[in-house]
Amino acid sequence: MSTNTKLNASLVLASRFENIEVAERALVDLCQRAGCASDEEYWLVTALREAVANAVRHGNRQDPDRNVRVAYTIENSTVTIRVEDEGEGFNPEDIPDPTDPENLLRPSGRGIFYMRQFMNRVDFSPTPVGGTAVVMVKELASNDNDRP
Amino acid sequence: MKSNTRDIGDIRIIELGGKITIGSGDVKIRELVSQAIDADKNNILFDLGGVTAIDSSGIGEMVACYTTVTKRGGQLKLMHLSPKINDILQVTQLITVFDVFDDEREALGSY
Repeated sequence: MSTNTKLNASLVLASRFENIEVAERALVDLCQRAGCASDEEYWLVTALREAVANAVRHGNRQDPDRNVRVAYTIENSTVTIRVEDEGEGFNPEDIPDPTDPENLLRPSGRGIFYMRQFMNRVDFSPTPVGGTAVVMVKELASNDNDRP
Repeated sequence: MKSNTRDIGDIRIIELGGKITIGSGDVKIRELVSQAIDADKNNILFDLGGVTAIDSSGIGEMVACYTTVTKRGGQLKLMHLSPKINDILQVTQLITVFDVFDDEREALGSY
């Protein structure tokens, strides 16, 4: 990481899976401007993609009339990503542990787990209009060989 | 996502490249496995050497394909995982489900 400058970006995306690529490109651009290591960028993008996919599929149920809001901040060595949907909300505690042996062969249910693995902090909260906001934070290292 | 298939004996090798992610790659691998099964190729080897990224939907589809193939008496295995794809399988314990190989000959000999 090479900057003390605060970098921000925000997007409002229609609830289509193709827009995950738009969210990714914005984050990659920000990471490159901030001088993030390539491995760090990879895991940040991975977590972001999970959050946006969840917002599109589960939060907004792919309703084209509902938006996903994404906001990024990189300040010093801290990356903060917020993803917000316009759905009905959910309880993250209801998601079963995908690493439990009885859940290993489930075809779904790993998105939030990956987010928690690749970021230092993941917090869910309801929004005033009933949707869900997830805020993910990662403290970047200076070592270029950072693993999740 | 790009793909290429080739058969060696009764084993279908499915070479994958690019992203295996929600809405495109995940659907594609389901189709590829379906085609293999329709061709009576129940032993499948995914070559993930060209895969740059995989999300939870892609992983979930691979797990679903594994279950489908296994129920038909076949085997689905993986080879040429990059370190990052290997990390993704490790953190979800799926490395205990799939047989993973670095060498094609060794992979083919394991069926």
